[in-house]
Amino acid sequence: MTTSTPTRAAVTEPDRRLPALGGFAPGALGIELRRVLRNRRTLAFTLIMPGVFFLIFGLPQGGQSLDNGRPVTAYIMISLAVYAAMVATTSVGGAVATERALGWSRQLRLTPLRPAAYVATKLITAMSLGLLAVVIEFLVGAVAGVRVPAYVWLLSGLAAWVGSLVFAAFGLFIGYLAPAENVMQIIGPVLAVLAMFGGLFVPVEVLPDVLQQVAKFTPVYGMGVLARAPLTGDGVSLAAVANLVVWALLFGVGAARLFRRDTARV
Amino acid sequence: MTSTHPAVELDGLTKSFGAVTAVDGLSLRVQPGEVVAFLGPNGAGKTTTIDMLLGLSRPDRGTVRVLGGTPDDAVARGRVAAVLQTGGLLKDLTVGETVRMTAHFYRHTRPAAEVLERAGITDIADRVVGRCSGGQQQRLRFALALLPDPDLMVLDEPTTGMDVEGRRDFWQALRRDARRGRTVIFATHYLDEADAYADRIVLVRQGRIVADGTTAEIKNLAAGRTVRATLPGADQAALAALPGVDAVEVRGDSVLVRTGDSDAIARHLLTRTAARDVEITSRNLEDAFLALTTAQTGA
Ligand SMILES: Nc1ncnc2c1ncn2[C@@H]1O[C@H](COP(=O)(O)OP(=O)(O)OP(=O)(O)O)[C@@H](O)[C@H]1O
Ligand SMILES: [Mg+2]
Repeated sequence: MTTSTPTRAAVTEPDRRLPALGGFAPGALGIELRRVLRNRRTLAFTLIMPGVFFLIFGLPQGGQSLDNGRPVTAYIMISLAVYAAMVATTSVGGAVATERALGWSRQLRLTPLRPAAYVATKLITAMSLGLLAVVIEFLVGAVAGVRVPAYVWLLSGLAAWVGSLVFAAFGLFIGYLAPAENVMQIIGPVLAVLAMFGGLFVPVEVLPDVLQQVAKFTPVYGMGVLARAPLTGDGVSLAAVANLVVWALLFGVGAARLFRRDTARV
Repeated sequence: MTSTHPAVELDGLTKSFGAVTAVDGLSLRVQPGEVVAFLGPNGAGKTTTIDMLLGLSRPDRGTVRVLGGTPDDAVARGRVAAVLQTGGLLKDLTVGETVRMTAHFYRHTRPAAEVLERAGITDIADRVVGRCSGGQQQRLRFALALLPDPDLMVLDEPTTGMDVEGRRDFWQALRRDARRGRTVIFATHYLDEADAYADRIVLVRQGRIVADGTTAEIKNLAAGRTVRATLPGADQAALAALPGVDAVEVRGDSVLVRTGDSDAIARHLLTRTAARDVEITSRNLEDAFLALTTAQTGA
């Protein structure tokens, strides 16, 4: 047979090629971002609360200085920026739990979207919200009169933001661990405790000695030290870098394993 | 190229959950353009079969071919789309956003406005999904399935939870949309839906196909009558050999003959045998359905 089938030719055949990048698309990312920014709870906990914390706990320290003469308010602002970024990235990663509980993941499996493209969308959304959280905290600080050299704004902001990748992975890890709709209500308090150990609410040095030792091994410690280093001028200890790297690996590998288990066809 | 492959080829499909064999050696071939109803009671294995057909779960044994390839490939190319019985939507997206977001995952789709229109939900495009009724959400799932303009559409009890009018509207929307040559497979409990919208009915019970035919053939199964009589020591084989007899069942002293010619059978029983208490009852599609899909105790 050399002739084409006339009945099919009459109907225009849709384009049946596979999507590029496993279905990853900026358009979908845009909708996802808007969706996150519409969520009042997310906004309250990641963009508003840390700023309010600064006004309540940071401003009263105005006029006080660190050992190197830099303002204490900057120390508090940077710590809260780290906190804001970690809550932001965790909440986006953790949303995977909600989507699995709702059955949206099952719906997605009926589309060309590859699981890796889905995770990439989540990570980019998480990091976008994390960046926004850092920027807003810094804006609140700047408007309230925090003054530090430009390189401190830049490096501390960058460290807070990049460090929060650990928590994007943590969020995904929890998201694939527990398909629950209200997962953030459970993680929220956990994050607060971790932030405490990471010296984000009070300097680690004021904790009892034993807790100080424990704190060095908790996941916020490394990113806290790194984010404040440009301000304090303290050298970046190997322990802090190791802390960040090890936790990033642990959560990253954990999330990847659970993710593979989840997408394995049963 | 595409038209030479069956739309669906299931071969010896088996799937167990612990001790429950949900699908038990099921084989089925559906040709392009067929509209097939998958009819069966709760727990018959319809959803389990559809999950394997779509690549959402793997069979323990047997093979699945969809449009000549694997289910995953057919899904990724938008050649197959489905409206699932379970499978959630994001409550905080609007109807329109859900459609547009899903459209981004494909290489090419029909315009979002067009599928909204075809699914009859244009007027609620700006509504948040969480505030849509069950029927509206089901139409949204349908709109999502229309996006890739699939060659094969699979629907698992798409009208569950809809009122009579909603069901009618839904099927009308599906019909209006039916692109020439699109294959449709739908699972349902409703005989009238199968009757009204399918060319072919596949009856499943306990993971197996118990009847498969055109709607007319399945109705014919039901068109006959049952002649019941008291006849101790009935000769089952002799009765079964009579013209027009579909099936003979002996239960103790009773004999039940399913037949298309009840008069002849009654006459035969009364004149040639010692039968008494002869009763003739007609069966409808509902009876056939029940007879075929209800577990026979002690069979
Ligand atoms: N994930 C599972 N774990 C255990 N048992 C299961 C699972 N999925 C299905 N089953 C069992 O397999 C059998 C077939 O279920 P299935 O959902 O395929 O039936 P169905 O025909 O779709 O029924 P319904 O009309 O109620 O939707 C049932 O006995 C069910 O309890
Ligand atoms: Mg089902």
